[in-house]
Amino acid sequence: MRRQVLPGFGLSFGYALTYLGLIVLLPLAALAWKATGIGFQGLIQLLSGPRTLAALRLSLFGAVLAASINAVAGLLIGWVLVRYRFPGRRLFDALVDLPFALPTAVAGIALTTLYAPNGWLGRWLEPLGIKVAYTPVGVLVAMVFVGFPFVVRTLQPVLASMERDVEEAAESLGARRYQTFFRVILPMLAPTLLTGFALALARAVGEYGSVIFIAGNIPMRSEIAPLLIVQKLEQFDYAGAAALGVAMLLLSFVLLVLVALLQRWSNRWAERAA
Amino acid sequence: MTLELSHLNRRFAEYQALDDVSLDIAPGEFLALLGPSGSGKTTLLRILAGLDYPDTGSVLKDGKDFLATTARERNIGMVFQHYALFRHLTVLENIAFGLRVRPWRKRPSRAVIRERVERLLKRVQLDDHARRYPSQLSGGQRQRVALARALAVEPDILLLDEPFGALDAQVRVTLRRWLRELHEELGLTTVFVTHDQEEALELADRVAVMNNGRVEQVGSPEVIYQQPATPFVCEFIGKVNRFTVRRNGSALAAGGWMPQDDPWQGKYTEAVAYVRPEQLRLAVPTSQPAWETRLRHIYLAGSVAHLELHVGSLDQTLEADVASEDLSRLGLHPGMEMRVAPRGAVLFPRNDQGVTINHERWIWHARSPVPA
Amino acid sequence: MSRHVRSRTASWPRRIGHVALLLFALAFLLAFLVAPLATVFAEAFREGLAPYLAAIRQPEARSAIGLTLLVAAIAVPLNVVFGVAAAWAMTRFEFRGKTLLGALIDLPFSVSPVISGLVYVLLFGSHGWFGPWLDAHDVKVIYAVPGLVLATIFITLPFVARELIPLMEAQGSEEEEAARVLGASGWQMFFRVTLPNIRWALLYGVLLCNARAMGEFGAVSVVSGHIRGLTTTMPLEVEMRYNEYDYVGAFAVASLLALLALLTLAVKTLLEWRYGDEIAAHAPGGH
Repeated sequence: MRRQVLPGFGLSFGYALTYLGLIVLLPLAALAWKATGIGFQGLIQLLSGPRTLAALRLSLFGAVLAASINAVAGLLIGWVLVRYRFPGRRLFDALVDLPFALPTAVAGIALTTLYAPNGWLGRWLEPLGIKVAYTPVGVLVAMVFVGFPFVVRTLQPVLASMERDVEEAAESLGARRYQTFFRVILPMLAPTLLTGFALALARAVGEYGSVIFIAGNIPMRSEIAPLLIVQKLEQFDYAGAAALGVAMLLLSFVLLVLVALLQRWSNRWAERAA
Repeated sequence: MTLELSHLNRRFAEYQALDDVSLDIAPGEFLALLGPSGSGKTTLLRILAGLDYPDTGSVLKDGKDFLATTARERNIGMVFQHYALFRHLTVLENIAFGLRVRPWRKRPSRAVIRERVERLLKRVQLDDHARRYPSQLSGGQRQRVALARALAVEPDILLLDEPFGALDAQVRVTLRRWLRELHEELGLTTVFVTHDQEEALELADRVAVMNNGRVEQVGSPEVIYQQPATPFVCEFIGKVNRFTVRRNGSALAAGGWMPQDDPWQGKYTEAVAYVRPEQLRLAVPTSQPAWETRLRHIYLAGSVAHLELHVGSLDQTLEADVASEDLSRLGLHPGMEMRVAPRGAVLFPRNDQGVTINHERWIWHARSPVPA
Repeated sequence: MSRHVRSRTASWPRRIGHVALLLFALAFLLAFLVAPLATVFAEAFREGLAPYLAAIRQPEARSAIGLTLLVAAIAVPLNVVFGVAAAWAMTRFEFRGKTLLGALIDLPFSVSPVISGLVYVLLFGSHGWFGPWLDAHDVKVIYAVPGLVLATIFITLPFVARELIPLMEAQGSEEEEAARVLGASGWQMFFRVTLPNIRWALLYGVLLCNARAMGEFGAVSVVSGHIRGLTTTMPLEVEMRYNEYDYVGAFAVASLLALLALLTLAVKTLLEWRYGDEIAAHAPGGH
């Protein structure tokens, strides 16, 4: 191997690799190994069980819906924070990171209390017939909460560095504001939006702490997949827990690959439209 | 202290950065490595510094294997293209760095370090900037700090990687002169990488012209300029006119002009010829072979006027230089017709595949005495 | 995790449509982000100051706080060392498998916290790979502090590395090369050149790593065993009190965590504001 110019490769690389091996790879290997203990038949049985399917469905679709809501809301908030000046702007900007910094359990109990029938927000929504706490809607709300900063933070640098001249050109050609937005601005932002969407999605699919309090955890209705894993552990069904864990990992992996492909497609599309 | 570089090869994934490079560096000389980007000159410099290693080949310093030592042990001073100043240290601390990191036994006392640094600061004319940070300095000032820092460790050899590339033209000229003075005062062996041929020719004792990982020619600036060894050197250094000379029966000719000689004795049918603008003689009498040209345009550039001449028989435009004050004396005006011929040229024959045979170079001079 | 992004063309909203949009956005932020935060404190102090203080002074709360601090005090420095080592290897050398290494470093981000805890149960639990050996030697990892530490290390592993890698990549190795040529040894180069150049990004990474380490719930819940006074960290204490309908107690401890979050945000914003360009731009992360 070529002599290294800067020192410390062996030390740093060796240490990092060992550390990763012990902390990440070894445990994951144990996961994969234990999962095989359930056998192929067992795996099919597990994954096709109605309760499991319901939980996976809720985690997956809930996350997709939550990430989509975050994409829209995040675009709105990001836009406002970048384009407008107003008193307290810095404060609001800092607040966007709150779901990052706040421990998930704290968020969980706070959201539950807030959206409970007698909570500050819950009492307004209840008469409208919208029940949030202890329903799948609550799961959705919690997922939107934790995923919120991802879209905003990914968009902000891009929005800030966007040249206004393209919008001005569109305006001078007679496009109205909303036309400019949908035909010019949105395509330019599409790849970044997708990145934020993917990050929010990945976060929401596996989210536990914020969700279990507000979910109500009613089997088949508002039970999320991570909770199933916890229950299996409590029942000492290690193989089942491991299998479910592997299934969730694969699910996340597939999702991320899909989003990566979507990003590549949108990049090409954005380039053509540019 | 002599350096012998032998048969150095260095390949990066996509291309050959150094291709069988051999070079000797004499003690105390100022050597310029000149070439376009990608020519390998920076790679060569970095190998000397110990920041890179060749795939094959050797570097001997006073007969000892230089490559066996690490960058740290080599006692060289290096000035980087983008200065590489330690951004969180003051100017003073930057310059003192090399002295402060010496192992206990070899470390000079604080007083000695201070004195040496102050002396260097004065030398580079930055004594009132000692406590400033690099971000507070201009490009030219930063480069001087980088130089002082490199000199502080009293190296055997000074390496500079396009040190003036990022500076304004004015600053560049000033620093260039100043570097030359410094070299004359210190007598330090210096290797200087640049893509600016004017800089190389102005500063160096010897110039090594590089292209595509190979050394095309090594020599003094005069030799490089007047006796270029390869077509690349002809075209890279200074301005040059290029045209093709073909065999016409028994003689070589280009359009209406003939060199009236043939050192290759009929071996080649084609050669490429290079004539510098100042080598074109204007108003050649009809008794001598010349081109019929039309003067298309006159570009005034200070003391020199560049004449754009269209040669009908070559269907080519050549450039000739005259002193601006001679314009009226010679009655030059656009549109006029003139007979023009080279006073001297460098020719390289081409083989059947169109590749030039560089070692069969012919440096031609007009035989009869030529009036100015 | 973003730098404070100021668009050159930000302006006061003039048209009524813009103002309406702005107000709507701010209302959304208030309802969505601020309200939960406010709820924490409102519920904690619902019965007044004395019950609040009593709730925090209880021995379970104190041991939970102590345990949280202990776990963070072990996990964060270990991950700092890892982060620096990984960043050094990734950004200063060429080798195959860099992408793979990068993916491994990011892995804990994309894994659900529950799975992060699960994998350690499967490794060190009684029925895990090392279970029998550990039982034979009477060493407890799962349902004990070491398990908590391990799960926390796993979860917070990427934070420091992710801050350092883009920055060190962008800074390039020229200063370090210059230091070597000037005669610095490896450690001299590291402490005199490398470390000062990354200190703010390092601090930033430590801040985020710590916030996550102290606030982690899912992974820790799985490995903890919920033994009050022994293996309960603050987030777990919050959960337990909440499940026992001790709302003031739960929100009291939660309020401490919320204060930590606010402090983290404040320091984070300060760092971004003053040292923004010494903390490279990157996409947000964190579970």
